[in-house]
Amino acid sequence: MSVSVDTSTRPGVTAPAGRNRLLGSGASDLASHDRRHGALPRFGSGGRLIGEVADAGLTGRGGAGFPTHRKMAEVAAGRDVVVVANAAEGEPASAKDRTLLAYAPHLVLDGLQLAAEAVAARHVHIYLRRSATAGVRAALAERHAARWDRLPVVVHTAPDTFVSGEESAVVAAVSGRRAVPADRLRRVSEVGVNGAPTLVQNVETLAHLGLIARHGPAWFRRQGTADEPGTFLATVGGAVASPGVYEAPYGIRLADAIALAGGPAAPLRAVLVGGFHGGWVPAAPDLPVSRAGLAAYGATPGAGVMIALDTATCGLAEAARIVGYLAAQSAGQCGPCVNGLPRLAETLAALARPRCDSRLAVEVERLATVVTGRGACRHPDSTGRLARSTLRAFAEDVTAHLSGRCVARRAR
Amino acid sequence: MTDSRLHVDWTACDGRGMCVELLPELLAADDWGYPVPLDGRREPVVPAHLVGPARRAVNQCPMLALRLLGRPAN
Amino acid sequence: MVDALWYLARGTGVVSLALLTVVVVLGVGTRAARPVFGLPRFAVGLVHRNAALMAVALLTIHVVSLLFDPYAQLRLVDVVVPFDAAYRPLWVGLGTLGCELLVALVATSLVRHRLGRRTWRAVHWLAYAAWPVAWLHALGTGTDRGETWLRTVAGICAAAVVAAVAWRAGNGRVFADRRPAPVAAEGIHYGGNR
Repeated sequence: MSVSVDTSTRPGVTAPAGRNRLLGSGASDLASHDRRHGALPRFGSGGRLIGEVADAGLTGRGGAGFPTHRKMAEVAAGRDVVVVANAAEGEPASAKDRTLLAYAPHLVLDGLQLAAEAVAARHVHIYLRRSATAGVRAALAERHAARWDRLPVVVHTAPDTFVSGEESAVVAAVSGRRAVPADRLRRVSEVGVNGAPTLVQNVETLAHLGLIARHGPAWFRRQGTADEPGTFLATVGGAVASPGVYEAPYGIRLADAIALAGGPAAPLRAVLVGGFHGGWVPAAPDLPVSRAGLAAYGATPGAGVMIALDTATCGLAEAARIVGYLAAQSAGQCGPCVNGLPRLAETLAALARPRCDSRLAVEVERLATVVTGRGACRHPDSTGRLARSTLRAFAEDVTAHLSGRCVARRAR
Repeated sequence: MTDSRLHVDWTACDGRGMCVELLPELLAADDWGYPVPLDGRREPVVPAHLVGPARRAVNQCPMLALRLLGRPAN
Repeated sequence: MVDALWYLARGTGVVSLALLTVVVVLGVGTRAARPVFGLPRFAVGLVHRNAALMAVALLTIHVVSLLFDPYAQLRLVDVVVPFDAAYRPLWVGLGTLGCELLVALVATSLVRHRLGRRTWRAVHWLAYAAWPVAWLHALGTGTDRGETWLRTVAGICAAAVVAAVAWRAGNGRVFADRRPAPVAAEGIHYGGNR
């Protein structure tokens, strides 16, 4: 039974209620942050914080959803540990990381310091887009002046590419090399930045960590489901009234998630969940947005991106456009990806045209298989998965296209 | 000799095709000449009796893209 | 006896040039990623290596026989220090240089797995310098300079290497290039649906 030793209790500091835990905190300057959340708690490196994180059931918010306490424990066993906060946010449809950094940078930076302390790290870095650098540097300067941070944080700029946020690309960039995925013989937790054991965490995960350290695992579990506790930041876009970044508990009904963004702008056909590396789900209102709820459609919440597709837009055409983008975003290092993804994009584009060949669908499946598991990173795998998900979700469209019709056109 | 696994450094592989010739039991070529593990794994299992040819393939690769690693995971 | 050394030096020299030509052509040939001259791909690589090792062996005999040939006036120091020999210093110097480049190429290749890909490949580019040096040495040194048969052999070797290099500099690839094919992110429209 773990109880967080809250050395920061002061009047006025209450645990955030409701679902807007990160976005409801709204404290971009240090003084407001201090008033709202209290001082940075101390846990030492004896594994106590990792225990709290384990009890809270915090999982990574960068897309993979890996249990955070396991990542921390793996790395804590090493020497000269490095911690990197990842805010590269390569996914163009995602805006949560830069929103979080603008809105509550100190929560993220608190989480970074806490994680570093828990794994006895010697070096701390933050890796983010150029647009967010100024704000974060200002926040770091405030913390430095107030002697808030225990370890200095080195700021690195991430290039505006899709793969720049991939774990080995992050390690390469922070080590001073090109931000592209690398061949992995050993895990990053063993050999990472400049050969040292490295912990790479998404900035949202760190922000949640900052709150768990202050308010404990029981509080964290008040939102979300038993298996998937806590809230997550969702970037809701596409055919919705107010596209933007919203906070929601895991397990939220799909309709409620869309409602956060002002509801559908038009009748919906499907929703792309998990972003460009995610999967299509039907616009079923009661569908829970959680790993368990989406598993039936081969999708996961990923990094919280939800793109709504209306009935008047052709899903095949939209998917072809996305796969075309993903193909162009290949790092250009691995043959199957460099060659296979453009071919996959062309084939999907051909399927999106009227009176297409029935063999095209088979070819999409074949290409998706060919590119899977044969590259330095999972970019081709996930792109292939999106292509397959497209065929399943829009099977009706494929049939219509074969005879020269389009389901979407008819719905107008 | 026990089973090993073959690791492909995809950032180095240039689809020269020597490994596919030397290990036809384990690898096939895709549309562009890059090796495809026939067992569908990221790191194809190399049974004990094929470790010799696998070592030759590792040695022959002009891009030094292959490595023979220890025991397979499962 | 002296005559025998003279024949040995000339013979091993010319055969080495021919072997090194095979080495370069097959080395370029590995980029084709398909059988070359009827050799399966792995054989292209094997013959490339074996021809190089054979060339090294023949060149050792070439140098040793010249060291013992009084007419060559080759000193031990000329084997490592180029352009300082008593007889035809420029052309013999090219031979010294060529040998040293070849030793670097072969030595690094023997330990390439330990050296790492980047270092090994960087040094291997010297092959494009080593071959012309050897070719010039063959044409300018020795008592066979100007002989028709030597010029013919050198001509054939040059034609082969030039053809191989031209192929590599041009297409040099059977399958698609490694650069990602640009695909427009926008532009997939269907009857004005979007």
